[in-house]
Order: sequence, then structure tokens, then C-alpha cells
Amino acid sequence: MTAARARVRSALATLVLAVPCTLLLYGFLAAESEGKVALVLAGATLAAALGWRTGLLGWAVRASGQGGLALGFALSGLALVAAFHEDPFVLLLLARALIALVACLGLHVQLADAGVPNFAGAAFFGVGGYTAAVLGKGALPHAVVLLACGALAAAVGSVLLLPLLRTRGHYAALITIAFGLLFRTFFEVNESLGGPQGLKLGGLEVLGFHFNDDRHVLGLEWSGYAFYALAALALALAALSLVRRLERSWLGLALDAVRLDETAAACFGVEVARWKIGAFTLGNALIGVAGGLSAMMVGFIAPNNFTFQESLVLVSILLLGGLGNLAGLAVATLIVVCLPEKLQPIQEYRYLLFSVLVVLVLVLRPAGLVRRTARRSFGSAAA
Amino acid sequence: MTPAPLLVCADLTRSFGGLVALDGLSVELKQGEILGLIGPNGSGKTTFFNVLTGLYPATRGEVRFGGLTLTGARPQAVYRAGITRTFQRSRLCLELSIFDNLAVGAHQQLDHGLYFNLLRRRALARQADATATAARELLEIFDPPLAARLFEPVAGIAMIGRRRVEICRALISRPKLLLLDEPSAGMTADETAHLMDDLLEVRRRFGDLSIILIEHEMSVIARVTDRCVVLNYGKKLCEGTYAEVSTNTEVRQAYLGLA
Ligand SMILES: Nc1ncnc2c1ncn2[C@@H]1O[C@H](COP(=O)(O)OP(=O)(O)OP(=O)(O)O)[C@@H](O)[C@H]1O
Ligand SMILES: [Mg+2]
Repeated sequence: MTAARARVRSALATLVLAVPCTLLLYGFLAAESEGKVALVLAGATLAAALGWRTGLLGWAVRASGQGGLALGFALSGLALVAAFHEDPFVLLLLARALIALVACLGLHVQLADAGVPNFAGAAFFGVGGYTAAVLGKGALPHAVVLLACGALAAAVGSVLLLPLLRTRGHYAALITIAFGLLFRTFFEVNESLGGPQGLKLGGLEVLGFHFNDDRHVLGLEWSGYAFYALAALALALAALSLVRRLERSWLGLALDAVRLDETAAACFGVEVARWKIGAFTLGNALIGVAGGLSAMMVGFIAPNNFTFQESLVLVSILLLGGLGNLAGLAVATLIVVCLPEKLQPIQEYRYLLFSVLVVLVLVLRPAGLVRRTARRSFGSAAA
Repeated sequence: MTPAPLLVCADLTRSFGGLVALDGLSVELKQGEILGLIGPNGSGKTTFFNVLTGLYPATRGEVRFGGLTLTGARPQAVYRAGITRTFQRSRLCLELSIFDNLAVGAHQQLDHGLYFNLLRRRALARQADATATAARELLEIFDPPLAARLFEPVAGIAMIGRRRVEICRALISRPKLLLLDEPSAGMTADETAHLMDDLLEVRRRFGDLSIILIEHEMSVIARVTDRCVVLNYGKKLCEGTYAEVSTNTEVRQAYLGLA
């Protein structure tokens, strides 16, 4: 097959994937009644099942390749933002889902790659948020502030490294739970950080561009949230690409070796502690950046946003999607973030819904919605 | 003048609570030698490997290897010094491919820099290709059909194949000393014979590979080892060529249960 034909094939496969996905998402986000939401969900399930059974889904994923998938994701995101350019509710939801995806990618590096549990995801998200609140008011450019959010979350996480390296499994999980609870209390009693009332934030501003303002572009009236959604999309794409590259490299392999058998890994020179530290730190940095952007978008943070339940929701997204599978992770994030918002009456039963959903998926599909796949070659034949 | 031995273990001891699993073992190994390690179940053979590779710190004694002191060394340092091993109960990463497992074995040859891995993707791909070639070459020696299944998960490979993959994982870093813990367990006599031939073939190609082999099958020990050490209750019972050892009355009593 010539290079040109391969490119056409990849583009075609990307379209086959992206068009139905975008349409379904559009329908889902536009649906105004519970009935319509249910209808779209049924359609999505049917489409997924059909795609799976006919092998079309598998073909499209393989044929698109990494570049194609990223492009499809980006185009689909752009199309949705454009379609809902005037609807702040939907745009906010979209941006929240994308930001949650970034945070989950951080957890993914920790738990799914290195096998280090983190039940304090919301706390690190909060560290990012508070960093944005404190530094955002100063003269620092907001791009730098966002990086600082990640850096600070990573630095705070390093407090946990010593106990985490000395424990495994349940014990390590417990340590992170304790830390998350502790941190929330810290925010609550710390008056200089607003105490239980929390802090207000100004919006994101990059190179004089204020993300909060509604504005006229290309003859359309865009809600300010459209720009946040675009920023979140860019961040999610960057995070996805980072994690993908990480996993399809010797780094990901070393993390796999650490997760699967520390003893054997050590016998082949893998510095187990170093890799766990690296994964935990990178993960927290991603969570922190996500937290910073989220806080700037929402304009307000309080300790109550960073509870243990929120941490659990993040972990349940990972389990739901299928530990170790990025596509599953993206789907699960969408479901968990967006579904409760679309089904207002069940909003109150959000955690109940999660519990039921997680239990159902774990009973019916113990490996999650999409199973982890073995790493394919990243040699030149595969590139 | 004889050259200095590659490995010197002196008075190596390891106890678990009251149980002395390895009791004052002193062993020397010359470069290129194949040493058989035999003894009844629970006599401390695996414990010796675990102490040698740094998994269990020695309670007493010391280890020197090619000019380095490895007493109390961590497993990673032992690997870097050029000692690799297989495990009695296979310890491959089942959900990873054969290639991935071998690449873990080649850990020290691979570039783990952030910049290299995340941004120099072409150079990374070339390194992956080179590693795949090395992996195929090794697998060709032990099990040619496996070379064609390089990117399949190990979980789908039969037990015998997995043992060979595990040996290849230990060999791909070109160690100076290979520790094999009952590599032929579960194999037929034929398969075992092939495995030993393949090991001898690898040693011919690598030149100076030394091997310590834990093995219950005496015919194998007789055929491939230069020398044997017999362990009983963690102590060295005797040492010598297989012919010497197998006629030793103490050994026959302890090990073969013969009078
Ligand atoms: N981690 C451990 N904790 C406690 N006891 C141990 C440990 N490892 C080994 N032992 C004990 O040390 C003794 C020697 O065990 P080892 O595994 O070295 O024997 P072996 O010669 O390899 O036997 P086999 O032929 O059955 O593999 C046994 O009594 C075993 O129960
Ligand atoms: Mg043993």
C-alpha cells in the first residue's frame, strides 16, 4: 500500500469513528428531556455493539492510528464547541468533562501504569485550584500559574512518597485516603485560604485574552465558556498525547514491570522506587493543572468541592472505563461527568448512581468497559 | 597461575527466624564454568539464589563477583554487575508481550531519558527495532516458533514456552553469570535435553557465560555441569564432579535416600 493510500484509509477510518461519536454526543448534550437522553444512550449502546460485532470499530481504531485518533478527538471537540457556541450550560459541562479527563489521566499514570493507588485525587485537584486562586491574582502570566498548579500539586504529593513506597495495596490506598481527608480539613481551618467559605478567582487570561468574556467571532456570538472548553480540549489533547507517548516507550514498559512484579523488575535493574515516584509526581502534576484550570473557569473554590467522595468518583471513572485503557477512560469520564447533569432528577442520587454503575460494570465486565490491551510494538514498523 | 574465580561466596548464611535456610555456604565459580546445585527439597538452593541476587539480605557472609563486593547489594546492582536469573515459579509479566518481557530483561541497555522517550520517537523506534532483533535471535535458539509470536501476550504461551521466554529474558542483557532455578521443571526428557543443548549453544556464542543450575534431574546434571555442589539443610554436603558427588555415600544417604 502506498503512503497516499494509507493516509486516505486513515482519514476514512477517523471519519467512521468521529462522525457517529460526534453526532451521538451532540444528541446527548442537546437532549432536553430524560426520555431523549435515554434514547441517545440506547442509540450509543446499539452503535457501539454493532461496531464491535461487525469489527468496524476495531478496524477504524486500528486504521486511524494514533495521529488519526487524536485528530478525530480534536475535530469532534471543535465541532461540539462550535455547535453549542451560545449555550453556557453545555459548554461548561463539556469543559468540565475534558478537565476531569485530564485529572483522570493523572490517576491513570499512577494507578493503571505504575500501580500506585491515589484516593486523594480531589485533594490534589484542590491544591491546583487553591494555587490558581492565590497566584492568579498576582502578576504572573496565567500559563505560568497553571504550570505552578501542577508543580505545587506534585510537590505536596511528595509528602506522601515515603509512606507510599513503604506500603502496598490496601495500606497504600489508606494512606492516600487519610491524606485527602487531612487536606480538606486543612483548607477548612485555614482562614487565609478562605476557610470553609473558600476563595473567589478571576477568570483565565492569556496574552490579554479574557476567557470569561462573551464575544463576537466569525459572525457568531460565543459564550465565554466556549473558550474554556477549547482550552480544556487543548489541555486534554496534550495530556492524552503525553500519556500515550509515555506508555508506548521504555518508560511505560518500566512502569508496567513495576506494577506487575516488583521483585522480578528489581532483578532486571528496574529502580522500583524511582519509577513509582516519577509516576506519582507526574500524575499529581496533571491533576493539579486540571484543578487550576477548573477553578479559574468556575471562579470559585471551597473545601467542599474536594471531598473524599470526589476522589472516589475519579477512581471509579478509571475502574469503569477499564483500568489501563485510554479509550475506555474517555468514555467513562463523559458518562460519569455528564450523565448526572443531564438527568437532573437523579442529581441527588449521584453517588448512588455511581455505586450502582460501578458495581454493575465490575460484575458484568470485571475489566471495565474496555479491556486493557497488550502494548503493540513501537518499533519503526508500527510508527 | 589460575585466574581469579568469577564468583566467591564465603560463609553465606541466611536464617528465617529459627530456621537456618542457608548455613555457612562457601562456593567458588570460575569464569565459563557450569556449576550444578543439587539437594533435597527445602535444602536452601533457591534461598542461595535469592541471597545472591539481593532479594534476601544475607544474615552473615560475603559475596564477591569479578572484583566487586556484592555483599548486601540490592537486586538492581546485582543485575548491573552481570548476574541474571530465572525463577522456580515463573515470574513473567503475563499480560505483556514476549517482546516486552525480554525488553525488561534488557533494561540497562535501553535509554530511559524523558526527552529520548517522549520526543525522539524515531530514535526510540530504532532502539525498539534493535531490541526486537536481539530478542528474535535469542528466541530462534530456544524456540523458533516463539520468535514469530514476539508481540503476543505471554499469557497465551504454553508453560514450556514461558520457561524459555524467561531464560531469554535473563540472557538478553548478556550477563556474565546466569542463575537457573529448575528450568526443566514440567518438561519431558526430550524437551529438557533440547533446552540444555540450547543453553550450551548460547554459551558457545556468548563466549564467557557462566551458569549455576539448580536441577533435580540427575542425567541433566551429569551431562552439562562441570562441577556440582550438594546442599542439605542449608549446608554444603560435598562438592566435585558429578561422578565424584554421585558416589559419595553421604550424598546418597541424604539425597537419594539410599543406604
Ligand atoms: N521467605 C521465606 N520465609 C521463611 N522461610 C523460607 C523462606 N524462603 C525459604 N524458606 C525456607 O527455607 C528453606 C529452604 O528453602 P528453599 O526454597 O531455598 O529450598 P530449595 O532447596 O529451593 O527447595 P526446592 O527443591 O523445593 O525448591 C525451606 O525450609 C523453606 O521453607
Ligand atoms: Mg527451590
